[in-house]
Amino acid sequence: MTKKEETSGRIGERILMCGNEAFAEAAIIAGCDAFFGYPITPQNEVSAYMSRRMPEEGRVFVQSESELAAINMVFGASATGKRAFTSSSSPGISLMQEGISYLAGAELPAVIVNVMRGGPGLGNIAPSQSDYFQATRGGGHGDYRTITLGPSSVQELADCIPLAFDLADQYRMPVMVLADGILGQMMEPIVLEKKPRRKLPAKDWALTGAKGREQNIVRSLWLGERVLEEHNYKLHARYEQIQKNEVICEQYKVDDAEIIMVAYGVAARIVRGAVDKAREEGIPVGLIRPVTLWPFPTEQISKAAEEFRFFLTVEMSMGQMVEDVKLAVAGKAPVLFYGRPGGGVPTVDEILERIKQLTLRPKSEE
Amino acid sequence: MKTVFKRTPTLKDCPTHYCPGCGHGIAHRLVAETIDELDIRGRTIGIAPVGCAVLAYDYLDVDMVEVAHGRPPAVATGMKRTNPDKIIFSYQGDGDLASIGAAEILHAGHRGEQITVIFINNAVYGMTGGQMAPTTMINQVTATTPKGRVASEQGYPLQVSELLATLPGTIYIERCALSGVSAIRKTKKAIKHAFELQIEGAEGLSLVEVLSPCPTYWRMTPAESMEWIENEMTKVFPLGRLKG
Repeated sequence: MTKKEETSGRIGERILMCGNEAFAEAAIIAGCDAFFGYPITPQNEVSAYMSRRMPEEGRVFVQSESELAAINMVFGASATGKRAFTSSSSPGISLMQEGISYLAGAELPAVIVNVMRGGPGLGNIAPSQSDYFQATRGGGHGDYRTITLGPSSVQELADCIPLAFDLADQYRMPVMVLADGILGQMMEPIVLEKKPRRKLPAKDWALTGAKGREQNIVRSLWLGERVLEEHNYKLHARYEQIQKNEVICEQYKVDDAEIIMVAYGVAARIVRGAVDKAREEGIPVGLIRPVTLWPFPTEQISKAAEEFRFFLTVEMSMGQMVEDVKLAVAGKAPVLFYGRPGGGVPTVDEILERIKQLTLRPKSEE
Repeated sequence: MKTVFKRTPTLKDCPTHYCPGCGHGIAHRLVAETIDELDIRGRTIGIAPVGCAVLAYDYLDVDMVEVAHGRPPAVATGMKRTNPDKIIFSYQGDGDLASIGAAEILHAGHRGEQITVIFINNAVYGMTGGQMAPTTMINQVTATTPKGRVASEQGYPLQVSELLATLPGTIYIERCALSGVSAIRKTKKAIKHAFELQIEGAEGLSLVEVLSPCPTYWRMTPAESMEWIENEMTKVFPLGRLKG
């Protein structure tokens, strides 16, 4: 099979697609060489779509025997310099964490989409945001970070795929896209675009056969005294660079707001509705929406906390990102939380109710 | 003076970290000789396992990767599917292949991945201190079977090659040994054949199981280890071509 120069994908047209198929097609447009995956709800459209589309494009599709195998197939393809891709949902992502840690240690790029569902354990198949800790804290063992993107619409989910591939290649590390069951299943009109790649470093480390050169070794084992320590410093320096350069965050009606909502993904979309409704009732509310969950928009939130205002974080979990919000606010203002776990999806009215309760708080708290 | 035996170029000129009497050195050399004789160094990618051979890339001068315990066949799948023109081999021990990676080797064989697997069976976990492996012999004393392996508690030695030979996706399975000159020559022939099949584009997985001595954790001298392979191990793991 030879990879075709131009994809036959419908680039530039306005089309109706569900999130799972949209990000799969976006990966093809972004030049993904191989997809490896194992069935799990609610992202089964991805492998079904890829099993048809990847061969059409002269690329690789393999249904693996497990998520462990899938992430290691990604590892293998990536080690040879290819753009490798997988997707799964929460329990499957847990199984992939071993491989994600090895990708981080071996400095290999890869893109992983987690279409989150309720947990812990087998949980359910409803949308959730309960894997925030796992995604942003590393998930697997060892001292590493994973760039984590949290899109809030099907369009943004598709748009963040080429960005994820570029970030992975630029920084030589795994990048995770945190979607959820709603984003994966929901159909929305989108436009897929072929964006120019960033200026990326050559993959001179890739395993291609040592023809006319010294051998390349891809490894994560560093046994010598202080060698792993130095390796960790090197990774950390890269993470600092990412924190400095790659934060993406949307601010909505924040300037005059006395209450700052913080939410990401689908929850942010619902919060946005609540912000608009509250504004109609004259309540000055704004929304800060982190698009990169790691690196987290700590500076933006810290800055917003300088003038005293209430912060209300809304998540589809019992509170995970709220810890990052509290770290950013650093005690300068009260940070409150509203969440629904286990597949519960907060409604606009529920959130509006919480906003109203905040406005009743005595001014003495200031 | 005529040179009758020398280092093969793909085997690096360096001191070994393996124990005295260990079989990995011989097996590494056989792989290196094969790569040189077939002139495939420039398009070969090797996969080192977790275990004593984790540092195989310190000895084999080809592009190599070291991967998580048991996962080499999955990594090899990712490599070969995206690079059908490359020669992909994994080098795995019995803990790696027969225990933690049993699913990966089974399914790589099941899918008929066009890869070459060198499976070193020394009936014990070496790197972690001599614990029981799936291939440990009945009555064999290890760090975790202090009274010897008992079938009723720990099961029987796992014959992975026989199992893999039943799969339509495997094309060549042979069990060899490093227990003497003649056995080593046969092992070399088998390894070379397994690589040749991949070069020819034969559709399926080829695997050479190599019974290999571990004097340290067998608590034997190197010479006794060789005899133990021939007299004991081959009773449970009979030598010969199982498929292809």
